[in-house]
Parts: sequence; structure tokens; C-alpha cells
Amino acid sequence: MAVGLEHFLILSAVLFAIGLYGVLAKRNAVVILMSIEIMLTAVNITMVAFSRYSHVISGQVFVIFIMVVAAAEAAVGLALIIAIYRSRKTVDAEKFDLMKW
Amino acid sequence: MMGLDIAFWVLAVVSVGAALAVVLMRDIFRAALFLVLCFFTVAGIYITLSADFLAGAQVLIYVGAIGVLIIFAIMLTRESRRGSPSGRLRLPALLIGLLFLVTMVFVVVSTDWHVIAELPTEPTTTAIAQALFSGEDGFVLAFEIAAALLLAAIIGAIVLVREK
Repeated sequence: MAVGLEHFLILSAVLFAIGLYGVLAKRNAVVILMSIEIMLTAVNITMVAFSRYSHVISGQVFVIFIMVVAAAEAAVGLALIIAIYRSRKTVDAEKFDLMKW
Repeated sequence: MMGLDIAFWVLAVVSVGAALAVVLMRDIFRAALFLVLCFFTVAGIYITLSADFLAGAQVLIYVGAIGVLIIFAIMLTRESRRGSPSGRLRLPALLIGLLFLVTMVFVVVSTDWHVIAELPTEPTTTAIAQALFSGEDGFVLAFEIAAALLLAAIIGAIVLVREK
């Protein structure tokens, strides 16, 4: 069976589901950010696959913008984690309760 | 086309295995290294999709920038000896992930995709540049906003981690 659009979409769904599990289940904030990056990458695969199989280059342009936002998100997210670690001495997401009531 | 198929299966298996290692590994430093491997294989998948420019950008941005950033964050937070434990939501998370996966696979398999068959593979860099900067329906404004977003993110990150 030749590899087609469906294979790329299912691969992307598998990666997204793994990332989703990581975001919901993990307690270390850095691992949660890593899982978010996996989810963004999975969405990028979908975009590129659709772009390839429908001859519309806009999909790849959108992937560039997603990469920009992912880089910005990683920089700010990791800076936040380091700032919280300095004041609370932990990166456990279940112990982040500054904005909880 | 046979070579591309084999490449796809190898890359797909390695990327899924690396992603699983990221969420299941006890040692977060190794998890970060597996994340880098996952990004590399995704760059390979872009090549099998004949997206050459994006494959290069993937290696530069994800492997180069984000990978190093995450490893730096792991070293600065020094929590590696506590590992990467799962929280109370482990079982619901597994359930939601599986539910999402089953739904997506069902939708993908049962939809009749409108695929344009057999296309020539050509360099995409020029096409992407034309789509980005062409006057009529280009993305010039979005491009400028992305630049401003990156600047704001860099300044924000510096302000957040600066010593008081």
C-alpha cells in the first residue's frame, strides 16, 4: 500500500495524542512544555501534508508562522518556569497555586 | 516511490517511539534528548512531503533553538533527580488521549479526501516567498506582526529571568 495523505494525517494524530497525554498527565512543567511542542509539531505535519496533496502552498506559509509562535512560546514559557523555580524552588505543576483560590 | 515509502515508515516509527519516550521517560534530560530526536525525524517527514525549506527551518528552529532552550531550562531548574512523575490525572489523560486518537483515525479513514495525484517535486522556497510577499493575497502584515511578536517574546523572556 502506497503512502498517501491518510498516513500522514494518522501519524500526526498519533503524535498529537501523545502530546495531549503528556500535557494532562505530567507534573514537571518542563515536560509539559515539551509535550506542547510535540502537539505543535503534529499540527505542522498535518499542514504540510494537506499543502502537498492539494497543491496549495499557503499550508507551508502557515507552518512558518506556527514555528514563530512555537519559538516565542518556548522562550516565554521556559522563562516563566525558571522565574517560578527561583521563588518557589519547584517546577511541579501541581504545586503552582499562586493564582488559585 | 518505493524508497520514499520505506523512508516514511522508518521515520514515522522512530518519531512516534521518540515522542512516547518523551512522555514515559523517568529521566527528563533523556526525555529532552528524545524530543530532539523526534524533531529530527519530523524534519525527515517534511522531506518525504517534498517541503525542503520547512525541513531546514525545522532543524534550525526546533532542533537548534528550542532543543537547546529546553536543555538549558532542565539544567537551570535542577529537578532531574526527582524524575518526571505522573500526576493524579494520569488515567483520565490516557482516556482522553485514546478517545482523541480513535476519533481522529475514524474521521481520517472515513473521509473521502480530495487528493490531487502525482505531482512534480520542485523546490518550495521560491513558492513560499511568493505566497508570503505577493501583493494581492500575501501575508506581509502577518509577517510584520510575527516579527513584533518575536521581539516582544524575547524582551518578555529577558525581563522574566532577570535577577532583581
